[in-house]
Amino acid sequence: MSRYTSATDSDRRAMLEAIGVESLEDLFVDIPADVRLGRDLEIPPGMSELEVTEHLGALAARNRDAESEVTFLGAGMYDHYVPALVDSITQRSEFLTPYTPYQPEISQGGLQVMFEFQTAISELTGLPVSNASMYEGPSSVASAGYLAKLENGRSKLIASRGVHPHSRETLATYSRGFGSQVQEIPLDESGATDLEALAAAIDDDTSAVFLQQPNFLGTVEDLGPLVEAAKRTGALVVCACDPLTLGILKPPGDYGVDVAVGEGQTLGNRLDFGGPSFGFYAAAERYIRKMPGRIAGETVDVDGKRGFVLTLQTREQHIRREKATHNICTSQALNALAGIVYLAWLGRRGIVELGELMARRTHYAREALGLEAINPGAVVREFAVRVPDLDEFMQSARADGVNPGYRLGQDYPEYADGLLVAVTERRTRADIDRLARHATGVREGVTA
Amino acid sequence: MSPSEVIGFAPGGEETVTIYERSQSGRRAFVPPPLDVPETPLSELIPASERRAEPPALPEVSEPEIVRHFNNLSKKNFDLDTGFYPLGSCTMKHNPKVNERVAALAGHARLHPAQEAKYAQGALELMFRLQGALAEVAGLPHVSLQPSAGSHGELAGLLLTRAYHDDRGDKRTKVLTPDTAHGTNPATVRMAGYEVVKVGTAEDGGVDLDDLRAKADEEVACLMLTNPNTLGLFDRNITEIARIVHEVGATLYYDGANLNAVMGISRPGDMGFDIVHYNLHKTFSQPHGGGGPGSGPIAVSDRIEPYLPRPQIVEVDSGNGAAPVYDLDFVRPKSIGRLRGFQGNFGVFVRSYAYICSLGGDGLREASDMAVLNANYLRARLAEPGLAEHLPIAFDRACMHEFVVSGTGAKRNLGVKTLDIAKRLLDHRVHPPTVYFPLLVDEAMLIEPTETEPKERLDGFVDALRAVLEEAAEDPQIAQGAPYTTPVRRLDEAGAARRPVVRQPPAGQEPPGDPDDARQVTTGKV
Repeated sequence: MSRYTSATDSDRRAMLEAIGVESLEDLFVDIPADVRLGRDLEIPPGMSELEVTEHLGALAARNRDAESEVTFLGAGMYDHYVPALVDSITQRSEFLTPYTPYQPEISQGGLQVMFEFQTAISELTGLPVSNASMYEGPSSVASAGYLAKLENGRSKLIASRGVHPHSRETLATYSRGFGSQVQEIPLDESGATDLEALAAAIDDDTSAVFLQQPNFLGTVEDLGPLVEAAKRTGALVVCACDPLTLGILKPPGDYGVDVAVGEGQTLGNRLDFGGPSFGFYAAAERYIRKMPGRIAGETVDVDGKRGFVLTLQTREQHIRREKATHNICTSQALNALAGIVYLAWLGRRGIVELGELMARRTHYAREALGLEAINPGAVVREFAVRVPDLDEFMQSARADGVNPGYRLGQDYPEYADGLLVAVTERRTRADIDRLARHATGVREGVTA
Repeated sequence: MSPSEVIGFAPGGEETVTIYERSQSGRRAFVPPPLDVPETPLSELIPASERRAEPPALPEVSEPEIVRHFNNLSKKNFDLDTGFYPLGSCTMKHNPKVNERVAALAGHARLHPAQEAKYAQGALELMFRLQGALAEVAGLPHVSLQPSAGSHGELAGLLLTRAYHDDRGDKRTKVLTPDTAHGTNPATVRMAGYEVVKVGTAEDGGVDLDDLRAKADEEVACLMLTNPNTLGLFDRNITEIARIVHEVGATLYYDGANLNAVMGISRPGDMGFDIVHYNLHKTFSQPHGGGGPGSGPIAVSDRIEPYLPRPQIVEVDSGNGAAPVYDLDFVRPKSIGRLRGFQGNFGVFVRSYAYICSLGGDGLREASDMAVLNANYLRARLAEPGLAEHLPIAFDRACMHEFVVSGTGAKRNLGVKTLDIAKRLLDHRVHPPTVYFPLLVDEAMLIEPTETEPKERLDGFVDALRAVLEEAAEDPQIAQGAPYTTPVRRLDEAGAARRPVVRQPPAGQEPPGDPDDARQVTTGKV
């Protein structure tokens, strides 16, 4: 049953009569008989709203979400607190239900939100030009690879193994289309990108170099020398970063990177089992006419009144078609709205305070666990340790309602016994101590 | 009628002030949780070379003023919950409220994407069931939910095509797209490393078969097609098109932007398509959010299946009559790999699955029936005298879920362009149709009412169009200067592009000056 339509039988008759046909069937004359379905769809009959709620509720109840366990899972998406005003604002019909702002006169709200979002991303990344969102993190990384291809035509992409494994894999997927190859640079003994290996890999065919700050293991990379080495032959430098750490970490733009991209989930977006969140994409001025995606710009109307429009659209698919700099169309406007509302809530001082809290708790947690650190240097929200009996540790913590983190072995054979532990502001010292008690068991088991 | 006598748009409220301009040093909304670990100075934790010297210039605003700021901004938006939105090829159908409620359940919203499969059975089962329903609608057996939007699905489709040909040692260089295609099609072709070859449109609005035969050769990897196409017409020769494409060994790709016309009536798989993308934010009721989030799952035939992105969701029979379990399958040696992080836009899957549960198979069919009925009713009403001479229908026969009119009549008879009519409609609180697309039709307006609009809304739209045209007959300058009642009027787009101001200037810096200081209001295409 389609309860979202409203044509009564008499409406239908009146409409068919106005059209001048006898029946609905007459409207489908163009569809040849041999491609008609000719039967009902094998999809169960419709449900009442109550039944839908109960059915979806029952499915949701079979998931162990971050409300029903103490989770130290991170690996690219994090259990941060989302303030109530984000939900309140993003659920407003005026933000939730419009289309892309093709008619700027009646879309000033959305366009100004984009402008404010771009400003915040520029400010955080230290790069002057930002678009108004990408799909999410890894595909933004891959899109920067395409920009490099358009820019210099070279075909080698170099990615640190500190870049998120999903980003590296997505980059490789995209690259097979536009004709580049990805070469990976190992991490050194401190869990940071191996500078010598990077320097040795750079050659005249290097199109772009991909780094991540903090890297996938949580290591705060010493970016200066890496960027310098990467630029030796004129390759673009792309830095994936976590915007929520940029209250305390130096902006990637200050190191001279060309493009900063990343996953925006940490800014006011739910975990949602992986999406929707948003990706961001900021770049140096000279890429403004080659960037992907929507960009809002400030202007005035015929009366001289301040306003905003989608600008530089000659980069985009709906105007330029095969000459567009990317194919992206619908992106993640509502999630970017959550991002800018969250950043306004956090504010200039809050983003520093939250960063400091995370850094302190994360360093505390690494101490408290007392396990061998894969990355013993600076970290902000996440760190990696070797766990002597990882299975037992996972089981013991799990039985206590604690999810200890992400098993690195699934992406890094070199860290088969590795565990990646994330500490957001939601994880208190008591939570950390609870996790540490299970680590004590593993440590003693080994020494005994 | 004077320019501002119509009902008009809700006033925008205050002057345009950005959140940064509301900032006052010392104000705040956020209070951090208490520090319960040692207060080690940050300088001991992070080396100076990696530390930020000055806090980022984010705004400093109290919570009440943040709420007011964004609520006032929202009032400058037109939205589907408020009024008619006949935007062609966008399927602006009602976004059911129950979908938002179930998506917000903690079991969905706070589920970590790296949660082990055994603790995410509800989510994986939901995705598996959604895949099944989507496969049934498309008539193709294998689905990946991973792509994030339609254009991402298109990229997936062409990368699958490339992997399929490569696997057979078959090097191909070209992809065919009709001249009526969405802009994303040719843009995607380039990203996937192929050359775009355009195929013409025949007199009847379908693919020009002679042109297709001439261009379909062994170098063609794929034909990307929308059916019904962007003229709102179902291509009567679809079986022959599929035959021509397959005969040269190419794949046939279905751009699912217009799937809302044919659910339960005709299936792309049965038409001969190899790869289909869906727009869950069009056909399956995900709210468009002012430009996303979307979701662009794909469905493929058996021969394309080995190359699907990983991970794939699999149902595992647990034996002994017990309920099946669901898992993520990463071991797919021929896979094109990932297209993004984790499993896709799951929150969108929840909404679209709830939508499919609400409607059921019969309801989906009814949705398409009503979408087509509504479009044809509007088409018939626009053929009435007083309208038809100004806005002739481009292809005057039964349409599917949308149709195109041409503003050439109005331009010639009344001196107002399609853009002027669109802008004047804004003063009637109607979102204009898609304008100047498809490119094939001069002064085009692509009109898609969707199934969720009652007859009165359609009649109201006809009345508004008629009022705009009658007014233009008396004084075309009114439409040429429209809109009048919106929060801003026509904006200087050329100036914005020439002198891009794409962020709030940092404190103490002025925006860049206009090179020639002569601002001109764009009157061309939108």
